[in-house]
Amino acid sequence: MSIEQREARQPWILLTPALTAVTLLLIVPLIFIVVYSFWLKSAVGADTPGFYLDNWQEALTDPFYRDILLNTLKISAITTLACALLGYPAAYFIARSKGNKMVLLVLLMLPFWISYIIRTMSWINILGVSGALNAALIWAGIINEPIQMLYNETTVILGLVHFLLPFMVLNIFVSLDGIDTNLEDAASSLGATRWQGFLQVTLPLSLPGLAAGGLLCFVLSAGTYITPVILGGPRDAMFANLVYEAIIRQLDWPLGSALSLLLLMVLGVLVLIYNRYLGMAQLAKGLG
Amino acid sequence: MGWRLIRIYTILVYLFMFLPIAVVVLLSFNANQFGSFPMTGLSTRWFEALWNNDAIMRAFRTSIVLGLMTAVISTVLGVLASLALVRYKIPGRNLITTLLIAPILVPEVVLAVALLLFLNFLNFGKSFTLLLAGHVIFTLPFVILVVQARLVSIKRDVEEAAMSLGASPMQTFFAITLPLLMPAVAAGGLFAFTISFDDITGTLFWKPGGIETVPTQIFSMLRNSISPEINALGTVMIVLTVGLPLIGAAIARTLATRSGQ
Repeated sequence: MSIEQREARQPWILLTPALTAVTLLLIVPLIFIVVYSFWLKSAVGADTPGFYLDNWQEALTDPFYRDILLNTLKISAITTLACALLGYPAAYFIARSKGNKMVLLVLLMLPFWISYIIRTMSWINILGVSGALNAALIWAGIINEPIQMLYNETTVILGLVHFLLPFMVLNIFVSLDGIDTNLEDAASSLGATRWQGFLQVTLPLSLPGLAAGGLLCFVLSAGTYITPVILGGPRDAMFANLVYEAIIRQLDWPLGSALSLLLLMVLGVLVLIYNRYLGMAQLAKGLG
Repeated sequence: MGWRLIRIYTILVYLFMFLPIAVVVLLSFNANQFGSFPMTGLSTRWFEALWNNDAIMRAFRTSIVLGLMTAVISTVLGVLASLALVRYKIPGRNLITTLLIAPILVPEVVLAVALLLFLNFLNFGKSFTLLLAGHVIFTLPFVILVVQARLVSIKRDVEEAAMSLGASPMQTFFAITLPLLMPAVAAGGLFAFTISFDDITGTLFWKPGGIETVPTQIFSMLRNSISPEINALGTVMIVLTVGLPLIGAAIARTLATRSGQ
């Protein structure tokens, strides 16, 4: 074998283990559940292979599933919006501060390293019946009896925002940090106020970062399982909870497959739209 | 004026991020027997209770073993793939990159269901192996992204110099590339460990009955009520998850400056 041929083979040898892992543990399993979603659950024994549309019909037409899907998308949208509103000014402050940017950024990234479940349950310490807020309100004499502030849609959104905000800030920061500050100076030297300069120069240039952060927040909250269980009430189930119910509790794997794929398709459409207009490179920037 | 407003807003955002975490740490030292407010004094009794709780200690060992194995496998796969992607001109690069990053783009629940059902079909039921396979596939994209970002900054010249001085490709890799790569390897491994240690959604689908990781153990304890032990466990995990990467970053920096000389 010539040296050139050897050179040409080397990268494929290096890539083989990772590509094999992704193919066997993700791609083939995804194709497998597409097939599985057309099978039928049997009351006893193995599920019946075949081509039945029953699971898809149930997943797409049952109002119970539809309502939870819409509610999941609504919660994700509100979470994303809240992250953008909270995260943009903070990212702007970090990107434009004269002090040590990196320290500020690392500080905001710290919670990202802290266990997700600990951060989620930490809100019980704040908002629970014997939590900090109730204790403070009683101490201040504003209320006599503790109020239950937990276990509703608002606390689910609160938990999600607390979990996802660092992703948003990081992505906006990456975008803002790449903008030449001379552009804002140029705008103001041409007579624009600071606010006009921001609206017409900085904001449009930072939109890719905002979009990347938004996509991450939306996709991650739409697939969340833990937050609604810990911080939500019985009626705040999100779509991933349905999938868990079907797969783990009811052992209805064909239906669970169809529900998983439905979630994948809805979020996949969003990712495709994003990829069409902005490309995946922006997303990799924020993650790397 | 506008700037000051942004500053106050940013401080509030930071408070929002850190206050709940601070309260966890504060309550873990609470002497009050219900572990709630009002605090009656400071004590380390919950840490002692934690140390004596067999279920939690077992979960800790499981999580550490799982995290270490995940980190080793993911880092090896990730470093090899990143080398190929950064160092060689290969056809279909974008497609390969997208494929390797795909596990992040697929919602974790969907990934969990697909892997569980497929491996079950192949007669690998819920087991430690399934858990490990899941954690590897879930952490691999993060390792690749981190390692790739670092690899780009290592210049090819040094390796070419070694080769032109007669070193074989293998010698060059172990004497030149690998030492330069160590910070990236360490960062990738640490990232994989932390993500694996923290993972809960996939783990709940994959874990066999009787095996608990730290997050699933906390999750099952939360079903009853929030006990002060959980706050103590939270404090330990905060120290571990914040402390470990900081130490890791420090080591990486020392290695980087030393190899830079």
